[in-house]
Amino acid sequence: MMRFIRSAWVIARRDFTATVLSKAFIFFLLGPLFPLLFGGVFAGIGTNVASQAKRPVVAVIAPKAEFDRLQAARGRLAQAVGEDPLVELVNYPPEPDLSAQQKRLLATRQPPVRAVLSGGLDRPKLVGALAADPGTAGQLQLLVAAARTSDSAEPELEVTNVAASSGTIVRDRALTGQIAQVILFLLTLMLSTMVLSQLIEEKSNKVIEIIAAAIPIDAMFVGKLFAMLAASVLGLVVWISAGALFIQLIKTGGVATLPVPAVGWPVFLALGVVYFAMNYLLFGAAFLMIGAQASTAREVQTMSMPVTFGQVLIFGFASTVVGSLGSAKAIAASVFPLSSPMAMLARAAQDGAIWPHVVAILWQALWVALILRVGAQLFRKTVLKSGPRRPWWKLSRA
Amino acid sequence: MLAVEAVDLVKDFNETRAVDGVSLAVPTGTIYGLLGPNGAGKTTTLRMLLGIIDPSSGTRCVLGRDRPLDAAPEIGYLPEERGLYPAMHARDAIAFMGALRGLPIAEGRRRADALLDEHGLGDWSKKSIRTLSKGMAQIVQLLGTIIHKPRLIVLDEPFAGLDAINQGKLEELIRREARGGVTVIFSTHVIAHAERLCEEIAIIAKGKVAFDGRVDEARSRLRPIVRLRTRASDGPWRSAIPATARREGHDLVFELPEGGPEPLLKALIDGGAGIETLAIERPGLHDAFVAIAGARTAEAMGQEKPQ
Repeated sequence: MMRFIRSAWVIARRDFTATVLSKAFIFFLLGPLFPLLFGGVFAGIGTNVASQAKRPVVAVIAPKAEFDRLQAARGRLAQAVGEDPLVELVNYPPEPDLSAQQKRLLATRQPPVRAVLSGGLDRPKLVGALAADPGTAGQLQLLVAAARTSDSAEPELEVTNVAASSGTIVRDRALTGQIAQVILFLLTLMLSTMVLSQLIEEKSNKVIEIIAAAIPIDAMFVGKLFAMLAASVLGLVVWISAGALFIQLIKTGGVATLPVPAVGWPVFLALGVVYFAMNYLLFGAAFLMIGAQASTAREVQTMSMPVTFGQVLIFGFASTVVGSLGSAKAIAASVFPLSSPMAMLARAAQDGAIWPHVVAILWQALWVALILRVGAQLFRKTVLKSGPRRPWWKLSRA
Repeated sequence: MLAVEAVDLVKDFNETRAVDGVSLAVPTGTIYGLLGPNGAGKTTTLRMLLGIIDPSSGTRCVLGRDRPLDAAPEIGYLPEERGLYPAMHARDAIAFMGALRGLPIAEGRRRADALLDEHGLGDWSKKSIRTLSKGMAQIVQLLGTIIHKPRLIVLDEPFAGLDAINQGKLEELIRREARGGVTVIFSTHVIAHAERLCEEIAIIAKGKVAFDGRVDEARSRLRPIVRLRTRASDGPWRSAIPATARREGHDLVFELPEGGPEPLLKALIDGGAGIETLAIERPGLHDAFVAIAGARTAEAMGQEKPQ
């Protein structure tokens, strides 16, 4: 056993040094900036488009006094539900030819009018392209009704706030679990291509023959896997240390406002680290096994896309735990090895029991060992021989 | 005592039988050559002996262990396809290979510096492998093979790609290791190297061992060769010459008859041959190889001459 560990350590040390001291590692460290950058740009565009598209403008042909009553009613509604979902109202004094005025307003682009309200508060008439937008007509019904009753006083409602209710705790803890899952998923997603191409270097440099003659292939797999884990942890530390935005979020309340997970923050964070390692090791072992079958970087690139899709599918599967802990799908996601770490982290946010995590971690560790073992054997059988490859379903013949 | 013993090793790659019942017995402390043309099964045999691949059937025992990887810390291996990490420094590459065999990395670096100095590569110790010439890189890899002071060294086509000077250095290195009690097994398709270095050889052709034993034994399978030049072109002496004799220039070349040199000499003198020159030559390993493995196999090996 000691020799196995020592052999894995030799490989891990070489790989870690080679990875961290390579120029490519700089790009790896810069990796998270790209999704953040793209996310920022597209979120900005999306918000802009949404604000333009979701705020229909209604032209109100009415005398100023009537419009003011309507606008006051809108103001009261905005206080209750916020500005965003409400229509914009723009006042136009009535003209002699109402029909011509309506047509002109519906054609105007500044502002882009969706409908025209005329007839005053007594006999309101709404004209516009509203077939796909029943909400605008509904809002105007409410506004007209509120404007007709000039009483601006709101009904009495005594409000007493409590820290949390079962409804909010369940919802908010689910949110914590979901955020934790997303972080775990994104971190692992970034590593898939790196792990897939792990053995290409040895194959292309012919070092694999020397390694295979000196140490067990299993030890090589373990060494490579842990070297990549160490490199990714280093990357993680750098990202967090340098992540001013992240720190800012904590200070201004972004992350700090997340509800306390069911197991408490210290245990949740500890489990987060453990599940990150297990998630990485499980996916890493699987990717290493798949990538070991490739002999060129081109083959690795071909494999990357289906592997990424697979990861997304598993993430989707794991997310079934959020909000429905006891469902059959959630239990299956917790048991299925590749989705287990993400599913169990979400469970930690929602359920305070610790023992399922102990069982899950042991279960996941068992699968890491199993996948590595199968991967090493597959590698020996299909790659590490001078003859033609044998399909995996014929392995038992050897 | 045997350093390596293999019994009936067979290796199939799908429908192709690469090695077909190879049995070897390599005594400890000898230089042992695996001779055969490309594709004969030498590399596959070595890879099975080292545990890189498992045999389809048969057994092997290396340095007293049935699982070759258990003996890995005491084995040095230079594969046919040389492999080094291009970005690594020469000393680190050697130390890494030692570390794979259980040598602490610091000790490996210390020994690597000493070995590089000894082989005239001291100035290249902290240069990356990619800056070294092909010959230098091969020397670095060879030093990595012996850095951990193994009891068994396995070299697959070690002379391939080396110039004459470096081939000579490598031969000397192999002899020196053997003098220190190390068992050296190397494969080659160049008979001259085996003839100069080996005490024992195995001749492999088409996945089978055609001969396994001492080089002297291989040679002794052939009768000595007589090379004769006479003044008389014909006469009674001709009856003493075997019918299989061939003419090479002015010489007659034939195997020494069963009776030995004395009856032959007497018949030649009495028969009035007028001997100008007569030489009795011991057959070379190449001749033995041709006799054992067949002329076609010898041709396949390129019949490379000694450097």
